[in-house]
Amino acid sequence: MAIDRRDFLRITGLSLGAGALYRVAPALAGEGAPGDVRRGQALANGEAVTPFSFVQLSDTHVGFSGPPNPTGAAAFERAVAMVNALSPRPDLILFTGDLTHDSETPGEPAARMRRFKEIAARLQVTKQHAVPGEHDAGLDGGALFREFFGETSSAFDHKGVHFIGLDNVSRARPEVGPAQLAWLKQDLARFPRTAPIVLFTHRPLFDLKPEWEWFTRDGDAVMKLLEPYENVTVLYGHIHREDVHQVGPVRHLAARSLVFAFPDPVLVADKKPIPFNAEHPFRNLGLRVVRAGPGKAPQPAALSIDEVELTMREHSGTEGFAQLLRPTSL
Amino acid sequence: MTRTSPLLRWTCSAAVALAALAVVRGAQAEPPAVVAITAHRFEFSPAEVTLERGQPVVLRLTSLDVTHGFYSKQLGIDEIIEHGKVLEVPLTPAEAGRFTVICDHFCGAGHGNMKMVIVVK
Repeated sequence: MAIDRRDFLRITGLSLGAGALYRVAPALAGEGAPGDVRRGQALANGEAVTPFSFVQLSDTHVGFSGPPNPTGAAAFERAVAMVNALSPRPDLILFTGDLTHDSETPGEPAARMRRFKEIAARLQVTKQHAVPGEHDAGLDGGALFREFFGETSSAFDHKGVHFIGLDNVSRARPEVGPAQLAWLKQDLARFPRTAPIVLFTHRPLFDLKPEWEWFTRDGDAVMKLLEPYENVTVLYGHIHREDVHQVGPVRHLAARSLVFAFPDPVLVADKKPIPFNAEHPFRNLGLRVVRAGPGKAPQPAALSIDEVELTMREHSGTEGFAQLLRPTSL
Repeated sequence: MTRTSPLLRWTCSAAVALAALAVVRGAQAEPPAVVAITAHRFEFSPAEVTLERGQPVVLRLTSLDVTHGFYSKQLGIDEIIEHGKVLEVPLTPAEAGRFTVICDHFCGAGHGNMKMVIVVK
């Protein structure tokens, strides 16, 4: 089977090394062009794509306590336990903003960020990356976030996939801003158009629901910079619910929150959290596991994603929780 | 045959011109209605205003505390209201409907639900 550069890279990019990589790998063992392509990709991207998985956690809002969820950080702590129980263990964790809930009591924002770090430190995954949400960085331009977590935007490579953390909150308005756009343009410049890219940010980069502030003012400019690239996935939070949105080849995936859920804006007029249900305190909350393991037909060249909903038998009990896995192949 | 002196003709022309100017000034003398809207964490006051389609108004925006945004994509409004300043925004609504305006400048814990409605009839 002839494998040209584009096909090879598209397969590995979309699957993050899932099933499609297994299909292609035998060809790579042979002599000739495929091996050259693999080496070429490794050279261009820093390393070739190899199987791995990672987890997205979002909107933990450490410090929040109120009617939509009086359990505070309990869901976050449960999620940490679930991640630690995953096998194989994920390579890395992405936090897509609103790690903490804002407070104007002196010293309290720092206390909440410390508390977040204490819980996150229990994750048996040392490679963790975070972007801020507006509740972390909207009031101080991200100054405190930087003290605790480093820069509000960053980029790194992992096993052949390029990850970009983008900050669309710390300018107070829902926007990325010209400086970060220039940085993004420069960051992308070294990659071929077939490079697998995962961009993670807090707010949606498209107009999901502007009346609920579910948008990024210059999201179009971000997507314009990514337009030449064929294998782009955008992960975000903010909306406290799952959502999948496809624009051309780019998939935008929103993760559930770990504090409370918002309803479907198509079905309701008002932006109000889904009321707390004491019998099912963690309904609608959860995390996302993106797997690099073998995918399922008929979409072998797709991300393998498990949306995980947290449930607990009793609100205050310690008898544990059931893990409902709802596999989706997006 | 009536002859009109040049002076009279000039005088008449000037009178017509002045009258025309007066008409124009008269038209301009009716300024658009001013609608005062106050922003404070985490509300706009009033929470709803009603305007006439095609009727120009000026939205006079002030903040009682911190910087707020005033944003409606549908109405083409995109403003920042700084505390201590008065911001006047001309608006001629082109279409009838209910339009949500949000604060899109993060202002605190309740920011996510800071909004008002402009009804256009």
